Amino acid sequence: MDALQLRKQLSNYTAQLFDEGFLDEQFTQLQQLQDENNPNFVVEVVTLFFQDSERLLDELAKSLVQPEVDFKKVDAHVHQLKGSSSSIGAHRVQRSCISFRNCCNDRNVEGCLKSLQEVRHEYSLIKDKLETLFSLEQQLLGAPSE
Amino acid sequence: MGIDAGMWKLAGSSSSSSTCRRFHASSLGGSSGEVKALVVDDSRINQMLHHKLLDNLGVENLVVCNGKEAVDIHVSGKQFDLILMDIDMPVMNGIEATRKLRDMGIRSVITGISSHTLDHVKQEFIAAGIDEYHEKPLTSAKLLSILNKIKHKD
Repeated sequence: MDALQLRKQLSNYTAQLFDEGFLDEQFTQLQQLQDENNPNFVVEVVTLFFQDSERLLDELAKSLVQPEVDFKKVDAHVHQLKGSSSSIGAHRVQRSCISFRNCCNDRNVEGCLKSLQEVRHEYSLIKDKLETLFSLEQQLLGAPSE
Repeated sequence: MGIDAGMWKLAGSSSSSSTCRRFHASSLGGSSGEVKALVVDDSRINQMLHHKLLDNLGVENLVVCNGKEAVDIHVSGKQFDLILMDIDMPVMNGIEATRKLRDMGIRSVITGISSHTLDHVKQEFIAAGIDEYHEKPLTSAKLLSILNKIKHKD
């Protein structure tokens, strides 16, 4: 596939991620910050997001199976995850964290466990899609020009 | 211009108190080139974002991981025109740090940056002495409006 076709594929794929609500305007802000001084800025920030998210999701899973659930601790982790997803424009992850926090406020363990599943699902989706996006960008860098 | 690589590193994790490297961007000498800023945030993502936002606007900036490091850096004699202060941080949170800095007589513009939407938290932050509050994430437009206020204040 040549550069023109790849560029079109990348553009369409990116637009789809926005249309389907996976990404929001904040991701565009990230892309606009990238420049020749930091050509991998977006990948670096998103990689941090992946690392932080996986750590937080593990912590949440451990916290929710304790005999006495510390809802304050659970809420703090969800708050962090909401913040980092918001910072990179991972809109659906951010949204799923909002309902998770409501379950924490209600001290609803079942609700929290269900919310954790939902957040994991949304995280898994955005991770997969962003990795695809970055892979397309890499292909474009190496593609022969038209 | 650009980052002094020897001074840059990220905190190990948001919840750890591991040593925080500092970003130090040389001033680009542009219209914001005279402003010095301090980013106070334990989130590695926000450290990178805010540092880059400031760097792109030619604002010399340092990054610290928590409120205690923000206080310590002032005790060491450093001064800043602008402090971007997060609320929830380990060791010392943004509200306590703001209070301490104001008690020390620090008159820098302190902008509270947080994802808290609770009014009582915001009120407590304002009462501690911040000049304004912005919800995360900080954008170029928001940062420019903050910097313009600083310039007009001077």
